[in-house]
Amino acid sequence: MEDKKKKNINRRDFLKVLGAGTVVSAAALAGCKPKKQFASAGNLTGEVPTDKMTYRVNPHSGDSVSLLGYGCMRWPLRQRADGRGDEVDQDTVNELVDYAIAHGVNYFDTSPAYVRGWSESATGIALSRHPREKYFIATKMSNFAEQTWSRQASLDIYYKSMRELQVDYIDYYLLHGIGMNGMEAFNGRFIDNGILDFLLKEREAGRIRNLGFSYHGDIAVYDHLLAMEDIQWDFAQIQLNYIDLEHATGRNTNAEYLYDELVKKNVPAVIMEPLLGGRLGRLNTVAQAPLRQLRPEDTPATWAFRYAGTPEKVLTVLSGMVYMEHLQENVRTYSPLDPLTEQEYRALEETTEIFLNNDFIPCTECQYCMPCPYGINIPGIFSHYNRVLNERRMPEDKTDSEYRKNRRRYLIGYDRSVPKLRQANHCISCGICKSECPQRIPIPAEMERIDKFVENLKNENVTEIG
Amino acid sequence: MLRKLRVILAIVFFVLITLLFLDFTGITHKLFGWMAKIQLIPAFLAMNFLVVGALVVLTLLFGRIYCSVICPLGVLQDAVSWTAGKFRKKNRFSYSPAISWLRYAVLALFVITLVSGVTYIFTLIEPYSAYGRIASNLFAPLYQWGNNLLAFFAERADSYAFYSVDVWIKSGITFVVAIVTFLIIGYLAWSNGRTYCNTVCPVGTLLGFISKFSLLKPVLDPEKCTKCSLCSRNCKASCIDYKNYSIDYSRCVACMNCLDKCRFDALHYTVKRPVKKAVDDTSVENKSVGENGMSRRGFLSVIGIFALTHAVKAQHKVADGGLAVIEDKKIPNRETPVTPPGSVSARHIKNHCTACQLCVSACPNNILRPSQKLETFMQPEISFERGYCRPECTRCSEVCPNGAIKRITKEDKSSLQIGRAVWIKDNCVVIRDNVTCTACERHCPTGAIELVPRDPENPRGLKIPVVDTELCIGCGACENLCPARPFSAIYVEGITRHRTI
Repeated sequence: MEDKKKKNINRRDFLKVLGAGTVVSAAALAGCKPKKQFASAGNLTGEVPTDKMTYRVNPHSGDSVSLLGYGCMRWPLRQRADGRGDEVDQDTVNELVDYAIAHGVNYFDTSPAYVRGWSESATGIALSRHPREKYFIATKMSNFAEQTWSRQASLDIYYKSMRELQVDYIDYYLLHGIGMNGMEAFNGRFIDNGILDFLLKEREAGRIRNLGFSYHGDIAVYDHLLAMEDIQWDFAQIQLNYIDLEHATGRNTNAEYLYDELVKKNVPAVIMEPLLGGRLGRLNTVAQAPLRQLRPEDTPATWAFRYAGTPEKVLTVLSGMVYMEHLQENVRTYSPLDPLTEQEYRALEETTEIFLNNDFIPCTECQYCMPCPYGINIPGIFSHYNRVLNERRMPEDKTDSEYRKNRRRYLIGYDRSVPKLRQANHCISCGICKSECPQRIPIPAEMERIDKFVENLKNENVTEIG
Repeated sequence: MLRKLRVILAIVFFVLITLLFLDFTGITHKLFGWMAKIQLIPAFLAMNFLVVGALVVLTLLFGRIYCSVICPLGVLQDAVSWTAGKFRKKNRFSYSPAISWLRYAVLALFVITLVSGVTYIFTLIEPYSAYGRIASNLFAPLYQWGNNLLAFFAERADSYAFYSVDVWIKSGITFVVAIVTFLIIGYLAWSNGRTYCNTVCPVGTLLGFISKFSLLKPVLDPEKCTKCSLCSRNCKASCIDYKNYSIDYSRCVACMNCLDKCRFDALHYTVKRPVKKAVDDTSVENKSVGENGMSRRGFLSVIGIFALTHAVKAQHKVADGGLAVIEDKKIPNRETPVTPPGSVSARHIKNHCTACQLCVSACPNNILRPSQKLETFMQPEISFERGYCRPECTRCSEVCPNGAIKRITKEDKSSLQIGRAVWIKDNCVVIRDNVTCTACERHCPTGAIELVPRDPENPRGLKIPVVDTELCIGCGACENLCPARPFSAIYVEGITRHRTI
């Protein structure tokens, strides 16, 4: 088996580094908004296969689903023509969706809450330009806010999804984020108002082809759902990446347990956060080393996707791709999937070890916490912090010869990526965001920590920057 | 030769002094901050008698080279006049008698207003400060825009060499004063060279008086002079009376232009005494310079603190992403203005500050701005809409050439009270939005703010801030970081005499 894998690796040999830098810089320059690169920066070039995608079959509906699924939570934005705020950059969305479909992607995952509530309509516009049987649509019952717990408000969300997506049936429908705020929220959102019964009836009627749930948070809810005797879930969406396997942070349960439970119940897994909010695509060089030694041409993102796609019961792996280069790289990774070997698993363990010894804030920039009512750019602040940490330019040790330079970079970069009024020192610790975070980051406490850190940097009284 | 030397020195001084007003990083101040401190009136107000003495000696030796080299307003006029020379006919100047009554009247007015503290008059006439206002209001924004452009490209090139800064008009009325000053002085320089220096400027009058007795001065040699008038027609101070072979040394700024012009070697910068000749000084050319019409008192249109404040309601979110709109802060109505730490007391700064705007330009926290009140017109005061008086910063006290803001250290500042925080209950988000808020308490550098239960019956409920005015130093961190907008729920009220807590 090992030998066969080796041959497959050779396929990559001719994808030489021809213009390797070009893609990276293009990705960095393309579009100032959003600035961050959510998925990896691709460093592969060459042909993107259109007919080699790996597909997995859903045992319940028989759907043949592409291993690469499109996460529609990060559509690119642009400024509106009248200058008043932002809108989805529909042209780019269409282009990305067309390309994805042409290269075998057929699973599109959205929600009424994504991209400030604009994701469904943008996704609907792009997909409706294709034959309905060409794609599977996944959307969710995102009735998080307590005022949407009533039966009517929840039904409104359901029907609105159909309208926005311009469809009369939904392929994959999810109870969104079960486990957040525990059993109480689950009962309030789905049981007391009869919404779960309603959705089961919709499945019988064929307007929902597959019913499942996505999970963050309280494991009791997860276990409770899987233990429901009378319901066969068609799929479940969990967070799986090599860090979370045994080292899940915050409210997340180790992925190993989650996945094993699904296998026991014959529930196929849809994978989210394979890159841990892009951070596994931006590994620093030390963490990358064990991987690069085995496959020098492969980016960290390729590794992360191969990892997420290797388990047999994984139906599809979602990626919120903003840039064409990321889409192309991911298509290549899964066309077809080259499963991980034992040796490669060991290399990933080494990388995990190095990664966990960093002080990263486990933010995936999912935007669930946003908008902060007091205007703080929470993911922006974390993202800057993580980026500097990843570049290993954190100004911590004053005796370090690079200290002053790094201090200046941190402060200037901070002002560049987050306007002053939206920085951590303006956080008032109201805690409204705390329950929204799927990674269970203690946001106010982290804000205070970063505020103090920045304050100390500023207190240095170095003349160049005030 | 002498002229070249003068021009080079003048350019060096002018550029560096101007940079003091432009450079927001503080590097120029570290190296050349002394250039502001050797300006005559500031040195005098700072009671820096060493400098004053040195300047007097300098003038006694070489004449008014202070006016030609050290005074930035003088050099600015030379630059304008030189430019005018490129457009207008050659040899355009001519001798005119001094308007002594006006000179001494203005000097007297200056001294009287300075002593009696009529700020808005003496600050207007003081030459270095007049230049400071021009530089900080008219030149600095251009410099900052240039910097921001570089910062824009630097960001795209992933360079950290430049960072962008806020460009804003700190006071509309001071901006207008700067423009009017620039136009009047520019016009005078364009048409007649150093008219301002020799009719209005109190420093010019004072130094003119001293320079009459200077050791070295340009002297016209009647033996060699052919009365060609070339020197006279090139004298921007209009002080060479070639017909009588005499030079009015009270107006000569020792620019050395005439020395190079004379084709007959009749002019020398020398210790020789000129040939005495009576000078007819009766014809008085009435060229009074109207002092720029100072605009009427600019009332700061401050809407009361209790004016309707738009609540930033913590609305329930249904979708993810996006950013809440942040309203601009408005200036609260402070009964007593907050003055910079080191300014000792309201009276001290009022009597020592010439409103040169150097501190305003140098403030890295964007809190200093010129006062709009008549009694402290254009002198610095503090407001916290854009930042607060950061604990590590003592920049204004370092740059002040007048001693109006005395030099303090970081340590002094940490216990120096310049104001006291006042809590406005109705604006507080804890009351208004029913949320936890610890912003003011967490950011208070002296621990003067404590949180106490809003409802005494419910000690574990929401908490509101109380201020210990004995500990508060008035830095404004609470006001600036308060989430209530447009008016903060906690603001700093100034105190008339600063004190150490």
